Amino acid sequence: MGFLDTLFGRTKPVQPKLDDLFGLPSAAVQLEAATGFKPTGSGSVSFRAPEGKPFADIQKEVLELLDMDNGKPGGGLPVEVTKDTYGYTWLVSNHMSDEMDALVTDLHAVNSALVDGGFGPQLLCTLVAFRDDSQRRLSLVYLYKRGTFYPFAPLGGNNRDNTLELQVKGVLGDDLRMEQDLTRWFPVWGAPGL
Amino acid sequence: MAARTRYAPDRGLTVRMTATMFLLGLVFVVFVGLVIGIMTAAHASAASIILVAVIFGGGSAFISLFYSDKIALAAAGARIVSPQEAPSLHGIVDRLCALADMDKPRVAIAPTQMPNAFATGRNSKNSVLCVTQGMLQREFLTQEELEGVLAHELSHVAHKDVQVMTYASLLAIVAGLLVRFAFYSEIFGGGRRGGGNNGQAALLIPLIMLASAVVYAISFLLIRLLSRYRELAADRSGALLTQNPSALMSALTKVSQGMNRIPTQDLRSAETLNAFYFAPAMKLTRGGGGGGGTSLSALFSTHPSLDKRIEQLTKIQRELGQVGPDPRGLR
Repeated sequence: MGFLDTLFGRTKPVQPKLDDLFGLPSAAVQLEAATGFKPTGSGSVSFRAPEGKPFADIQKEVLELLDMDNGKPGGGLPVEVTKDTYGYTWLVSNHMSDEMDALVTDLHAVNSALVDGGFGPQLLCTLVAFRDDSQRRLSLVYLYKRGTFYPFAPLGGNNRDNTLELQVKGVLGDDLRMEQDLTRWFPVWGAPGL
Repeated sequence: MAARTRYAPDRGLTVRMTATMFLLGLVFVVFVGLVIGIMTAAHASAASIILVAVIFGGGSAFISLFYSDKIALAAAGARIVSPQEAPSLHGIVDRLCALADMDKPRVAIAPTQMPNAFATGRNSKNSVLCVTQGMLQREFLTQEELEGVLAHELSHVAHKDVQVMTYASLLAIVAGLLVRFAFYSEIFGGGRRGGGNNGQAALLIPLIMLASAVVYAISFLLIRLLSRYRELAADRSGALLTQNPSALMSALTKVSQGMNRIPTQDLRSAETLNAFYFAPAMKLTRGGGGGGGTSLSALFSTHPSLDKRIEQLTKIQRELGQVGPDPRGLR
């Protein structure tokens, strides 16, 4: 925030950074090599749906766009829409576990459609799910406003596996821009697509 | 960056706020000029009174700025809560901070049944967001409404309102102290003054007192005006952050009504915190009776009237409902 914004009590809506998402496929390879976590093939985009009709229209367009290539190779399953208890909408895209590129393309399609419609500031985060052989869950969360990733590894109850998260941060440090401020690693319990 | 945005800036509010701050600055310049004039014309006793007032006033303002979070928490009897203790409250704040790309403030809960919330602290690293127990009752506010309130409070943090209001009230504090000091020195200091200066000093001290009283009164009104504009600005930013002005509107209505239902004994302890609150807990009772009462209390209050706030939010609601981005909002 600039000095004038403080003086006048204004906040400029923060625009999302989208490009870093494309680092995900190579990071997934690195993650599997170092820790054994494989992508489950599902990923989700979380955003804050504004009230009013313009947004509902765009959301419908996005869904149609994503469901167009269903059944074709690399097309994946239909996109699921869910609303969480905090009032955020999640679009979950499901692919095969080796189709990381297609998944990222899907997620990017959602992002750019929303940004083009002027709803960029509404994007909260994107989440890509991983799992290892002992069925431990891990997800990489992308913070749009910061352009950074952080790991989130839920355990039973409201506990998270901080050791694993910090290990992943170390492993992926060269491939992705990891969020250095640990206070921003907010938990997303029960997020769709986790 | 020419990103597409859907928000037209509220120029009217900016203009009004600029005018208020300009007037405050003007009063400040006039006051400083007066003080320097008096000091050059005067002898040690008047100059030292002014110096002491500036040091005391400035000192107390900066102490209250630096310890604003601790002072407010102590006054409200609030306690910092961990994410484990209040997971859903932290969850809302986490998400709003990620949306707005701001540092997460500490979160506190005050054990008061009166529904209200406040945010304080000199910068985003040291800020605290506090809600009362009454606000968290599920049957009182829905999750969306609570989120609207929290977004309003986070906007206060983002706008650095505690800092802005402290600097703005610095002058009023100094002027207020001067009135008091000049008054005391008139009573107690009269006998000690030396012969030659006596006539001059007898004239100067009341002069300082008068000037300070006028400055205090004017800056007091301007500060209240500025406070009301800051509230409107926070409403606006909060509504744009959640994209849900309707929820903030209904929260405002509920909180204001809830306030009226509660006996005044409870409210008295909330007086010192009034300026930081989401909705004012204290109502001015002086102007209640007469016809001019409403406009008088509007002049003195730290918060805009409910009608004003609803009116502004309705405007935002209309903007959000427009089809396609507003071309005026393209920057």
